[in-house]
Amino acid sequence: MEQYEIFEHDVLVIGAGGAGLRAAIAAAEAGLTVGLVCKSLLGKAHTVMAEGGIAAALGGVDPQDNWQVHFADTMRGGQFINDWRMAEIHAKEAPERVLELERWGALFDRTPEGKILQRPFGAHTYRRLSHVGDRTGLEMIRTLQDRAIQAGIDVYPEVTTTALLKDGARIAGAFGYRRETGRFILFPAKAVILATGGWGRIWQVTSNSWESTGDGAAMAYEVGADLRDVEMMQVHPTGMVWPPGVRGLLVTEAVRGEGGVLRNSQGERFMLRYDPQKKDLSSRDVVARAINQEVLEGRGSPHGGAFLDVTPLGADRIRQKLPNMYDQYLKLADIDITKVPMEVAPTVHYAMGGLRVEPESGATTVPGLYAAGEVASGLHGANRLGGNSLSDLVVFGKRAGECAATYSRDLPATLQVPRDVVEAEIVRVLAPFERDGNENPFLLHEELQATMQERASIIRTGEGLQKALEKILELKERSRRTRITGSRMYNPGWHMTIDLDCMLTLSEAVVRAAIARRESRGAHYRLDHPNKDPEFGKLNIIARKSRGEMTITTVPVPPMPEELARLFT
Amino acid sequence: MITQTRSPAVSSAVRPIRQDAWWVGPLITVVVVVVFAVYAVWAAAQGTNYRVEPYLSPFYSPVLGEGWWTLSPAFLVIWIPLGFRLTCYYFRKTYYRSFFGDPPACALPERRGASYTGESRFPFILQNLHRYFLYLAILLVVVHWYETIQAFVFDGRFGIGLGTLFLLAEAVLLSGYVFSCHSFRHLVGGCLDCYSHSALGRARHRVWSRVSLMNERHHLYFWASLIAVWAADLYVRLLASGAIGDPRIIF
Amino acid sequence: MEEAILRVFRGDSNGGEERIYRVPLKPGMVVLDAIHYIQAHYDADLAVRWNCKAARCGSCSAEVNGRPRLMCKTRLDEFRGTDVRVYPLKTFPLIKDLVTDVSWNYQVARQIPPFTHKEPEGKPFIVHQVDVERAQEFHKCIECFLCQNVCHVLRDHEGQSAYFGPRSMVKIASLEMHPKDVLDRTGLLREKGGIAYCNITKCCEDLCPEEIHITDNAIIPLKERVADKYYDPLRALLRSLAPSRRREEST
Repeated sequence: MEQYEIFEHDVLVIGAGGAGLRAAIAAAEAGLTVGLVCKSLLGKAHTVMAEGGIAAALGGVDPQDNWQVHFADTMRGGQFINDWRMAEIHAKEAPERVLELERWGALFDRTPEGKILQRPFGAHTYRRLSHVGDRTGLEMIRTLQDRAIQAGIDVYPEVTTTALLKDGARIAGAFGYRRETGRFILFPAKAVILATGGWGRIWQVTSNSWESTGDGAAMAYEVGADLRDVEMMQVHPTGMVWPPGVRGLLVTEAVRGEGGVLRNSQGERFMLRYDPQKKDLSSRDVVARAINQEVLEGRGSPHGGAFLDVTPLGADRIRQKLPNMYDQYLKLADIDITKVPMEVAPTVHYAMGGLRVEPESGATTVPGLYAAGEVASGLHGANRLGGNSLSDLVVFGKRAGECAATYSRDLPATLQVPRDVVEAEIVRVLAPFERDGNENPFLLHEELQATMQERASIIRTGEGLQKALEKILELKERSRRTRITGSRMYNPGWHMTIDLDCMLTLSEAVVRAAIARRESRGAHYRLDHPNKDPEFGKLNIIARKSRGEMTITTVPVPPMPEELARLFT
Repeated sequence: MITQTRSPAVSSAVRPIRQDAWWVGPLITVVVVVVFAVYAVWAAAQGTNYRVEPYLSPFYSPVLGEGWWTLSPAFLVIWIPLGFRLTCYYFRKTYYRSFFGDPPACALPERRGASYTGESRFPFILQNLHRYFLYLAILLVVVHWYETIQAFVFDGRFGIGLGTLFLLAEAVLLSGYVFSCHSFRHLVGGCLDCYSHSALGRARHRVWSRVSLMNERHHLYFWASLIAVWAADLYVRLLASGAIGDPRIIF
Repeated sequence: MEEAILRVFRGDSNGGEERIYRVPLKPGMVVLDAIHYIQAHYDADLAVRWNCKAARCGSCSAEVNGRPRLMCKTRLDEFRGTDVRVYPLKTFPLIKDLVTDVSWNYQVARQIPPFTHKEPEGKPFIVHQVDVERAQEFHKCIECFLCQNVCHVLRDHEGQSAYFGPRSMVKIASLEMHPKDVLDRTGLLREKGGIAYCNITKCCEDLCPEEIHITDNAIIPLKERVADKYYDPLRALLRSLAPSRRREEST
């Protein structure tokens, strides 16, 4: 039988983006041994792509700002299907977490008084986003990475986890392999924290990197955890359109935050029609659908998008405040954004739905399994506000780390990892090398992306979703016939077969949940049910594995206590 | 010392090397520097034809050692600009590339192996003395400006000759070269960590910013001032030997 | 349809070969797109490291026609009429195809003492834009390790045991110039860090995809700080007469 290495830790964190790093630091500072597993090298996680800033009611620029306003903005943005308690915790703790980053060495842009500068962003009432130009995520991940290295965490870079392991009902660890060598590793751990991010790669036009394949959510689903509101997938209004190679690449909302305006092919500032109050800084679902509508009605830009114009800001300010955008357009599209407008179109960006977690601790419905960051759900509801994701990572990353540490420490039993489960997993993962078949995992992935883009993206219909579901089930079948050649050493084709399984699971959950939510709310827009339905406004949609099948149920959105509900009257 | 060895990355396939004309830059550098060096040694060794009222060759400025020094007076001064230039951060890059091939151009294979010690051993550890040459070079700038002002005075009256312009250009470009120096940038403000909390911090930050802007063109100042000093000496020398006359612009 | 011809290194530490692939061109296509095309249509096991395809994560470093660059930022239309030869980074041990073992860089990072401050608990820092700007430039680093790869000390002299490399110098500079940091890392720079091995030939700065002025803004100012501490008797004397802000020694 295949040999495997064994590394045991008190707490195992899967994913080394902002949430995973913050969780690992918290667990290590609680005095426990921590393992941190990531698919890429350390510091390459998708968090580096976050551009605009981190939302926290510091009140440094607008002193009227406070946690109640931030809380209310978040709930309104999420169309009230968020978990109010998560939104409350987030709004209260975000400022502390931002200041903590500063004390760990992050260098945010400053106000003239020497405080942290905050910029305006879509649907935030006040200027709230602490930032470093347009590379805030990089600043955050580097700061946390340095801190994690010094905290004595064992990092396992370029390791793919393929399964979570249980002893009875409890989590007992995880199993995976080194991408470099293809050798297997068993990670026994009493508590596992998932911080694996989203699943944007199941769509064709996405701002997400290859890592966003939904591994964590899929693995947790397999061991019985609930997926909540996964139909809620944020489409960012502004991604690059041209040339084809960069289609979907994010154009930060900070472009509009700094004063950029959207225009259609007739030069009209069309957002004045869709949202006269918040205009270009309306919430992301509104702006994305507005651009989509302009294109449908024949007022799109040459490559099927809208124009985003920052030229009035002046070249110096653009280069100072949006250096990455300037560079990105110049190098990849031959466009100088200080002189001509950018062409932008909506791009799939962020999974608001995800694992159902306890608001206080990040505990999933499986004992010992925690989740934080994009893979978890609850904070953002039906639409996430820009800047709330970075604060989400550190606020709930820290909590998940602490709570998992407490759970791990207080659990008296020693857990056993069943050997037969491990052996079955080895067989499953190696199957693409052994079996007969002629399917190419990369091309199956392309087919999946095309289907999801066409039928389960910005505009959905019941009929289209049904067709998408049929296609997904067909692809699932065909994915059992993928065949891989070459060695197990750093073999991207093989890696893709593993990722593909996760993406198919998530796609099925997204589509089934989207079928179940027969209304339009936030990011989820059904042409056949174009209005909000108050009844669905009280429900979260749950996908769960039950007797080997995916089942969809609903649970009530937890009601807000009186004193918070008063904020909205 | 370097001790670690690793296995070669690529063996049977032949790694491509850059195909552009990378050698043009280093070649021009070698030619210009050698020609200048030969000229400078020759001109400094002459000990004559360096002064024509009201001009003084910058190689000889200031004239020292009168009465006790028997060799050319240039040798008492010329080591200052020589030392300043040899330890200059920009010129170090240039001559390490062109003369030592460490590396001749980026990403090219080098021959030299473990014998390389960079600037960690004698003599290159002396590059750390750049700042002392800077202090002396600042004095030299003052002297050159004094001599340049003298060059506006013809028989007690204000005037401008072609030579005045040569000396003026030399003084301006030398000033640009000296005050865009990396060590000067460090001295005026680069050494501080926090400007808003240091004494005179804001003022020093302003000066540092200006020097930083000039520093981006340090290499241009290097070559321009080199050519200017060369031209000024040559002009004075030709004038003093009687080969040419000095056209007067204002007098 | 127009095609690009890619000659890609395939192999591992036991050796390898170049393989030729024809890839249909699309407008704006970059080298990484072509590599993905090869994976999907010819060789699914062609190993390449990549993440964001937006020049943010610094994963897809390779050498294209002998020049180290990010594959996601290298346009194929740059090479019309010539073959595109894609090789792994030379400086690091090869794992497979275009993937190298860059773990040494992380080992070095662990040896750098982290940001350390002495501000009172619970009070936000008051620092100004002028104080943070310099270090912010260094925080732009995406750790693509192209600078480490092209640095001839690491590349040709196999100096990993003697010199931390440009990336680490940028890291140390960001800490040393952090307005609230209280550690002194000049001892580390001079000893284990091996800053003297850098001969400021600037190849790192020339190809930094984030356009960080690695040599001018990080390494040279650090060399000046090392000189302040270890090679400047005058400064040592001044320091002993008027002790300014005390920094803690760390090696």
